[in-house]
Amino acid sequence: MDIRLSALTHKYDDFEVLRDISLDIPSGKITCIVGPSGCGKSTLLRLIGGLERPTAGQVLQLGDPPPDCLNPLTYIFQDFALLPWRSVRGNIALVLEDHGLTKAQIQAIIDDVLARTKLSDFADALPKQLSGGMKQRVAIARALAVKPAVMLMDEPLSALDSQTRELLMEDLVSLWSRTPFTAVYVTHNLAEAVRLGHAIVVLSRRPGQIQEIVHIDKPLEQRSHADPELDAKQTHLWNLMREEARAADAELLHV
Amino acid sequence: MSERPVKFRGGGFAPTARRWVGLVVFVVLIALAEIGTRSGFISSLTLPRPSDVLQTFVDLYNSGLLFTHLLPSLTRLAVGSAMGISAGMSVGILIGLFSYVRAGLIPLVAAIFPIPKIALLPLFVIWFGIDEGSKYALIALGTFTPTVVATYGAVDNVDRTLIRMGQSFGLSWASIVRKIVIPGAMPGILSGLRISLAIGIILLVAAEMLGAEYGIGAYILEAGSLYDLERLFVGVVMLSVLGVVVSALIGIVEKRLLRWRN
Ligand SMILES: Nc1ncnc2c1ncn2[C@@H]1O[C@H](COP(=O)(O)OP(=O)(O)OP(=O)(O)O)[C@@H](O)[C@H]1O
Ligand SMILES: [Mg+2]
Repeated sequence: MDIRLSALTHKYDDFEVLRDISLDIPSGKITCIVGPSGCGKSTLLRLIGGLERPTAGQVLQLGDPPPDCLNPLTYIFQDFALLPWRSVRGNIALVLEDHGLTKAQIQAIIDDVLARTKLSDFADALPKQLSGGMKQRVAIARALAVKPAVMLMDEPLSALDSQTRELLMEDLVSLWSRTPFTAVYVTHNLAEAVRLGHAIVVLSRRPGQIQEIVHIDKPLEQRSHADPELDAKQTHLWNLMREEARAADAELLHV
Repeated sequence: MSERPVKFRGGGFAPTARRWVGLVVFVVLIALAEIGTRSGFISSLTLPRPSDVLQTFVDLYNSGLLFTHLLPSLTRLAVGSAMGISAGMSVGILIGLFSYVRAGLIPLVAAIFPIPKIALLPLFVIWFGIDEGSKYALIALGTFTPTVVATYGAVDNVDRTLIRMGQSFGLSWASIVRKIVIPGAMPGILSGLRISLAIGIILLVAAEMLGAEYGIGAYILEAGSLYDLERLFVGVVMLSVLGVVVSALIGIVEKRLLRWRN
């Protein structure tokens, strides 16, 4: 299942946040979205996932999601969004309970995703007992449990320290290499973008417009920490964004 | 160069459980009263002697009248507050979830809240009869309004990102309410219950003073009209104990339901 954004424009009252975004999100690839702060990245992700209606334009699903898919468009949030009163297992069960699965099926799915995210030993822990990196792994496990056609990730690693971020990036790469998933990955960290993105969409400052799309063909599993090719891409991205970021930063907040 | 340790200034503002302090305060106060009345420093008209109060209580127990007074009171409190609290929680949740209910009912609740409910007792007597009905109604109404206010406040405070999360995973509306909104509102609802039940006890006594043969309120009223301070204090102490017990019960419920918090 692919996603097509056609001429998306979004306004909050008269406050234009996104302007004329047209973009194809191919399946099996990770599409990164970068842009200065406040340019509408999170808004764009909410539009794609149907949590908000665009002022103009459309979000289209091309083709049908795979038959075993329980929730085609699935988010991973920056602040994890785990229920503090449910254990790891319970948090994953939450998103499976409404689908008419049997208890045994639910348990099987949970065991599978916990194994894939290396969380099996923490199944009965409460979120407060887990570190930030662990919590985000639970959120990733929860997203995998519903077998999404597209994962919508809004700065999933921003709340984590840099070492944890590095580890989780490796986890995401190995998850993707085993079973390629489709993802829209919003980040303001260009190093993350060049490590995880097959295509990197650079947005201008608000109102967000597509400035350039940078493609990286090198397979994910071959990308490493200090790769000169990636560094060049990253520098290129930064050059694209520098002026925009400076201008965005100096803008008065309308409140 | 002088050398001294950095002064510690991070203390306080973090209450921890100190189990026995509360008990010690009670014991000291009672001991002071006992010593004061025995030595004649406090006249027996000012304050009854604690040991006499205890004796009066034992007599009451032996006469079998203790439960004659206690049981009706407990029943009234239980029935009345169960009605008020369950209705209050339902209405509070509805106010928290639906804009029209909110717009329609918040002013109404604000209008009912400050009415001294005891002033409405004559009305309730006409509506529900002089017997138990009017007492249940009084306690129910008295516990209803604080429960509503606490509940919708608690629902408003449920983390919106969790609700968004539920929606983004395609959970049904009922699941979001049952599995996210209500558990998330539980801490606020339970702390509201403490206030509601204390108000319930106050109204219980008030209602019993105005027309009941048996009950803690009737017992206190009778003792008061005879200026029988020992019996008056027995009644008052029973109320305090009732308050402490109710608060402890809520504490237990909180411990069980809110284990996830700290
Ligand atoms: N519900 C809303 N109502 C009004 N304005 C909003 C709303 N949500 C976002 N905005 C505004 O839209 C603009 C874009 O917000 P958005 O959160 O999409 O930006 P972002 O690119 O994700 O920013 P960041 O990098 O800080 O995460 C911001 O200026 C924000 O103030
Ligand atoms: Mg954002």
